[in-house]
Amino acid sequence: MVKKISKLPFNGTPEQAAQLGKVIAQHKHDPSQLMTVMQKAQGIYGYLPYEVQVIIADGMDIPLEKVYGVSTFYAQFALSPAGKYAVSVCLGTACYVKGAQAVFDRLCEELGIGAGECTEDGLFSIEACRCIGACGLAPVMMVNDEVYGNLTPDKIPAILAKYRG
Amino acid sequence: MISVAELNEWRNAAKAKITAGNAQGPAMRIVVGYATCGIAAGAAPVLEALKRELASLGKTDVLVEEVGCIGMCQYEPIVEIYAPGEQKITYVLMNAEKAARVVHSHVANGKVVAEYTIGAATGEAKEGEVLPLTQTAFYQKQRRVALRNCGVIDPESLDQYIALDGYQALTKTLTQLQPGDVIQILKDSGLRGRGGGGFPTGLKWSFTAANAADQKYVVCNADEGDPGAFMDRSVLEGDPHAVVEAMALCGYATGATEGYVYVRAEYPIAVKHLEKAIDDARAKGFLGKNIFGSGFDFDLFVRLGAGAFVCGEETALMTSIEGKRGEPRPRPPYPAVKGLFGKPTTENNVETFANVPQIILHGAESFNCLGTQKSKGTKVFALGGKIQNTGLVEIPMGTTLREIIEEIGGGIPNGKRFKAAQTGGPSGGCIPESLIDTSIDYDNLTAIGSMMGSGGLIVMDEDNCMVDIARFFLDFTVDESCGKCNPCRIGTKRMMEILNKITEGKATMQDLDKLEELAYHIKENSLCGLGQTAPNPVLATMKHFRDEYIAHVAEKKCPAGVCKALLNYYILPEKCKGCTACKRACPTNAITGSAKEAHVINNDQCIKCGACQATCKFGAIVKK
Repeated sequence: MVKKISKLPFNGTPEQAAQLGKVIAQHKHDPSQLMTVMQKAQGIYGYLPYEVQVIIADGMDIPLEKVYGVSTFYAQFALSPAGKYAVSVCLGTACYVKGAQAVFDRLCEELGIGAGECTEDGLFSIEACRCIGACGLAPVMMVNDEVYGNLTPDKIPAILAKYRG
Repeated sequence: MISVAELNEWRNAAKAKITAGNAQGPAMRIVVGYATCGIAAGAAPVLEALKRELASLGKTDVLVEEVGCIGMCQYEPIVEIYAPGEQKITYVLMNAEKAARVVHSHVANGKVVAEYTIGAATGEAKEGEVLPLTQTAFYQKQRRVALRNCGVIDPESLDQYIALDGYQALTKTLTQLQPGDVIQILKDSGLRGRGGGGFPTGLKWSFTAANAADQKYVVCNADEGDPGAFMDRSVLEGDPHAVVEAMALCGYATGATEGYVYVRAEYPIAVKHLEKAIDDARAKGFLGKNIFGSGFDFDLFVRLGAGAFVCGEETALMTSIEGKRGEPRPRPPYPAVKGLFGKPTTENNVETFANVPQIILHGAESFNCLGTQKSKGTKVFALGGKIQNTGLVEIPMGTTLREIIEEIGGGIPNGKRFKAAQTGGPSGGCIPESLIDTSIDYDNLTAIGSMMGSGGLIVMDEDNCMVDIARFFLDFTVDESCGKCNPCRIGTKRMMEILNKITEGKATMQDLDKLEELAYHIKENSLCGLGQTAPNPVLATMKHFRDEYIAHVAEKKCPAGVCKALLNYYILPEKCKGCTACKRACPTNAITGSAKEAHVINNDQCIKCGACQATCKFGAIVKK
C-alpha cells in the first residue's frame, strides 16, 4: 500500500502541541505505547504529517525512522489530511459481491476525486476501506462516524447533498 | 474471597431487577438492538420514540435498555419485549412510528401488534398470529453458546452479566479447581481455536502452562480482519465480560498475570464496551491483585490495532502490541515459549474465549455433546452476500451448508441460483453447489479445499464471476502483504498480474498453468499464515470452476457478465428503430443494417469503444 504524503503546509497550533505533549508525557516510559501515542496524535491533528512524527520521535526517544515505519505500515495512519467529511466505502467481500464497486465509482464521479484524495474545498475525502463489520447491510459506507447501508449508486447524490447543505 | 454463595446471592438479586413482573423488577422490559448494525439501521430514533411515548403515558415501571446484536441484521432495527407470563415478543424493521404504536397497543393495552413481529416479516406466521423468534426457521437450528448473552443483556452492565451466571466460572475455578483441572476440562471439551486454524485450545494452554517464566501473558485476538466476518465485534459489543472472565481463567490456568486485548480501532463501540467491562470488573475485584484473596493476580489492558490484516496472525499481532510494524516472526519459537515481549504467551480469539466460561461452569460434556467427532460445540457464522437472511448464526458443528443457506438463511433472493459459498475469507476457498451437503466442521472444510476461517460465510449466486472473486481476494492479500518475505510479497503480485490478464481476456492457457504453479510455490514458502493461505481462493476457484477460467481464456467471455473487458455490445432488436445513428458513429464499421430495420453489431470487428451506445437515443444498445 503506497501512502500519499501531503504537500499542504503544516498548520499546527500551540494548543495542539500542548495536547500532544501531555499524551507523550503520559506514555514516554513505555515504547510499546508508540501506536497509542500516534493514534492520539492523529486524533488531535487529524493526520500525521512529518512535523508531528518528529515531535513524537523526539518525545518518545524512538528513532524517527521507526515512527515513520509504523505510520506507513498501518492503514489507519494518514499522512495527508482528510476532508471535513471523510467518506469511506467498504470494499469488503460481502459489500463487493453486492455491488460496492459501483457505489464507489459513482461517489468518485460525483465528487470528481479518487481514493485517498480530498476535494478542493476541503469538504470531502474518499477512501476505500476494508470490512467495517456491518455486512448485513451491504453495501455500506461511512461518512465520519455515520454508517449508511443498503446503498445503490443512485442513493449517493442525496447523501452527499445532506452534508453540502 | 467472595464465596460461591455470595455470588449466587448477587446473581439472584441482579436477576430479580431485570425480570419483568418480579416484585423488585420492572413491569415490562423492552430491549433495543443497539450494536453497530442496529444503530446503522436506525435504532436511535426507535429508542427515542419508545422512551418518549412511555414517558407520555407515565409508564415509569417499564425498563428500556440497549442490548448487543440480536443476530438478524436484515431485520434491524429490532425491539424485543419481555412481559410477565408471556413469551418474548420480537418486533422487527422498526421505526419511530411503529415504536410509538407498539407502546400504545402492546405496552399500554397488552395487545401485541402482530404485523410488526418477526413471524409476519418472514411470512412464516399466519395473519394475526404471533410466532416466537425461537420458532422461526432462522432460529430453530441455532444453539447459542458463544452468543448466549448477545442481545439479551445490557453489555455495559456488570450486574446483568452476573444475573446470567457471570463470573460463576471464575469464582468456581479460584475456589475449587487447580490450574491443571481447568486445562483438563478444556481438553475434554474438545474446544478448538475459532480464529481459523482450529488448534485444540486445552493443548495450547497446556504448552504455556508447562513453560516456567517470571512473566507470562494472555492475549486476545480481536483484530477481526477477515472481510465478511463480524462475530468478534458482536461478542465484544454484546457480551464483553465473557471475554474478560475467560482471559482471567486462562491466566489462572497458564500462570499468566497480565493480558492484552488487541482490538481493531474500526470497532469503536466494541472498544468502549470492553474498556467499561474491564474497569467495572477491576472495581468489583474480578481483576487486579490477589483476586478475592486467592493469591491470584490478573489484570487486562486494551491495545488498538490500526488497520493491518496481517496483525490477525498471532506473531504479527504480538509485534504490533510491542508498538512496532506488525510483521510476523518465524516459528519456532512458538508463542508458548517466546511470545509477547519475549515471554510465554497464550493467544486465542474472541469467540474461542467466549465459549470458555460456559465450558468451565457446566463441564466438558455440556460442550462436547454438540458437534461432530473431531469438531465439538458450536460455531458462529456471519452470513452475508446473496442470501435472504443476513446475520449472525450460531450452529452446532456438523450442520450442512444446505441447512445454513436454505433453511436458516432463507435461500437466495430474487429467484437466482446458488453458485458458491466462500468460507474463510481471503485465506479460504469456495464451496460449489455439488458440495452443498457437506457437513461443516474443520476437517471437512479443509478436505474440500476451503477452511473454517473465522466464520465469514459469503453466498454467491449466478451473477457473480468466480474469476473476479478470486481476483478480489488476491487484490486484498497483495495490498495487505506486509512485505517481509519474498514469496508472499512478490508472488502474490505476479499472481495478480496473471489474474488481471485473464479478466481482461489477454491470457493464454499456459498462464493458467503458471498461475497454479506459482500458487503452490507461495503456499509452501511463505513465512506466515497470510502468505501460506493467500493462494487458496485462486486454487479453490480453479478446482471447482475451471470452466469459467477456460471461458475467460479460450473464448474471451465472462459467463456471469462481470468482467468488463470481456463484455460485448448488442443491439436489442425490439428497441432498435433503425435510425442508423450508431452505424454512422461506429469507427470500425462493425454495425450493419438498413434504415428502419434492426441493426446488428459484428463482435469480431467491434473494438468496444462504446460510441454506438452513447449515440443511441432509444437505449437499444446493451453491454453483456
